[in-house]
Amino acid sequence: MSITPYIVLSAILFTIGAVGVLTRRNAIVVFMCVEIMLNACNLGFVAFARQHGNLDGQIAAFFVMVVAAAEVVVGLAIIMTIFRSRRSASVDDASLLKY
Amino acid sequence: MNEFVKPTLDYAQLSPLLIVFAAACLGIIVEAFVPRAQRYLAQTLLTLASLVIAFGAVVWVALDFADSAATTHGEGAAYGVLAAMGSVAVDGPTLFLWGVILILAVLGTLLFAERRLEGGLTAFSSAAASAPGSEIERIATAERREHTEVYPLLLFAVSGMLLFPASNDLLVMFLALEILSLPLYLLAGLARRRRLLSQEAAMKYFFLGAFSSAFFLYGAVLAYGYAGSLGFAEIGEAIRNDTGNEALLLAAIGLMAVGLLFKVGAAPFHAWSPDVYQGSPTPLTAFMSAATKVAAFGAILRLFHVALGNERASWQPVFWIVAILSMVLGTLLAITQNDVKRLLAYSSVAHAGFVLVGVLGVQAVGDMAVGEIASVEAVLFYLTAYGLTSLGAFAVVGLVRDAGGEVNDLTRWAGLGKESPLVAGVFAFFLLAMAGIPLTSGFIGKWAVFSVALAAGAWPVVVVAILMSVVAVWIYLKVMVLMYFREPVEGSASVTTPSALTSSVIAVTALLTLLLGVVPDPLFDLLANAGEFIR
Repeated sequence: MSITPYIVLSAILFTIGAVGVLTRRNAIVVFMCVEIMLNACNLGFVAFARQHGNLDGQIAAFFVMVVAAAEVVVGLAIIMTIFRSRRSASVDDASLLKY
Repeated sequence: MNEFVKPTLDYAQLSPLLIVFAAACLGIIVEAFVPRAQRYLAQTLLTLASLVIAFGAVVWVALDFADSAATTHGEGAAYGVLAAMGSVAVDGPTLFLWGVILILAVLGTLLFAERRLEGGLTAFSSAAASAPGSEIERIATAERREHTEVYPLLLFAVSGMLLFPASNDLLVMFLALEILSLPLYLLAGLARRRRLLSQEAAMKYFFLGAFSSAFFLYGAVLAYGYAGSLGFAEIGEAIRNDTGNEALLLAAIGLMAVGLLFKVGAAPFHAWSPDVYQGSPTPLTAFMSAATKVAAFGAILRLFHVALGNERASWQPVFWIVAILSMVLGTLLAITQNDVKRLLAYSSVAHAGFVLVGVLGVQAVGDMAVGEIASVEAVLFYLTAYGLTSLGAFAVVGLVRDAGGEVNDLTRWAGLGKESPLVAGVFAFFLLAMAGIPLTSGFIGKWAVFSVALAAGAWPVVVVAILMSVVAVWIYLKVMVLMYFREPVEGSASVTTPSALTSSVIAVTALLTLLLGVVPDPLFDLLANAGEFIR
């Protein structure tokens, strides 16, 4: 079985995530796009694990899920405090630091 | 299916890492059970003690290696242990970096614990979850509450930093990257004063950090697809035998380089660093600017020398461009800055470029002349020197204040040299070290990285580097002229006398900056003994 379609899908998902981070304004959506990128990585890991016939990639996918969960905790905490202070979750509004 | 083999951990060799990690977990338990009034003292002592014990463990492991290495290896050879089933490499450079990171962490902890500058409170917010200016915040400050969680967070970050340059496996490297980053994202948002700026810094750091670590991870995926394994040794082997798909490898190198170069703040991935350095609480900026750079450059060295060393021809040109861009952009943008923390941030971008000059000075062992210093040695020396200088400089920045907190606006630093000659003098000395004036560690560091790059034939980069060093001198002189030859203006800042904690940090960093500039030989001997990375 060829794994090429899975790798292509993972690359497409990664690209969607990366473009989303760069173009969307809402902090939560930007954050979701980062998660899409991480999940694209998981798909790639699992597909390559299938191709190489070893378990390294599948184990890596588990670790990445844990890291993604930890990132959610930290990320949402930061977005929450920003929202409390500014009543807005737009990444464009937070622009005091510049030049 | 393979037979299941019980994994072994080499507890003795990994002890520094495990001590710091255990102390971080213990810190959380302290947070839960110790009464609020005693937490500050308990956490500070626990943090300091664990870091000192971990440093002792590093020395112990190093002496242990020296005993066995004396018989089996010559000077400069690689020695060490591949611990944790080959995923963590404890070798000479790792031990050296561990020592440097732990020293920087001790100094950072002392800055974290400073309470005299804010009138008996630390630089971290009393109620981080409250809205700035809210009633809850006011009450928490009036009750003199502290977020002593910052100490376990610091320890978690330190354990990630220790694991980062030691990782010998892409998965472990990714985990270490996240372990060191996540606590720093949180700490960046915990400033007591100017909380909106601090929260914004945390958000920017978090989003850009998560974005770039996703790039690193996708690079790891492609490297795994290329080599069929995440281990550095196996990837190096696959490159030597040229077994995989070349396109996959090139994409993997590019993506992983993005992730790691972001962490060190090299241009064009530097956009976060001025904002984060400016917005974060100054003790954190001091610690982070020094220790993160040391850890991340250690990781870059290991990944690109051990795993991708045979693919040097494809990544060296990229590093040439990144090094030149970092030095030029960092230096030129530093000229235009009017905020001292942003100025130091852009100068750190330029310094990342200088370190990269050393990184791309790598050559095969056979090509090196006798007595020539290796790329790894030069880079590690530069990192040690710059880490101490940068930490000291930010510690001084934290002292220049008015009633509203720190004053970072450079125009209000005018005449500081007349009012507080000692503090201004020490700051000027740190700036001279950053500029690379002789008799400071910065000069020796620059000389070391330039000479390895020249030996490897990267002379165009060295020419740019020397030009930019000259331009950089002007920036630092501008600040000194401001401090010494301008009259104080209306609303000029003054220096608040710190407690012994901050004073000792500044004294130690200044002394080491001077010592490494005057007698660098002991450190170079240590580095020569540390040898190369094991594979």
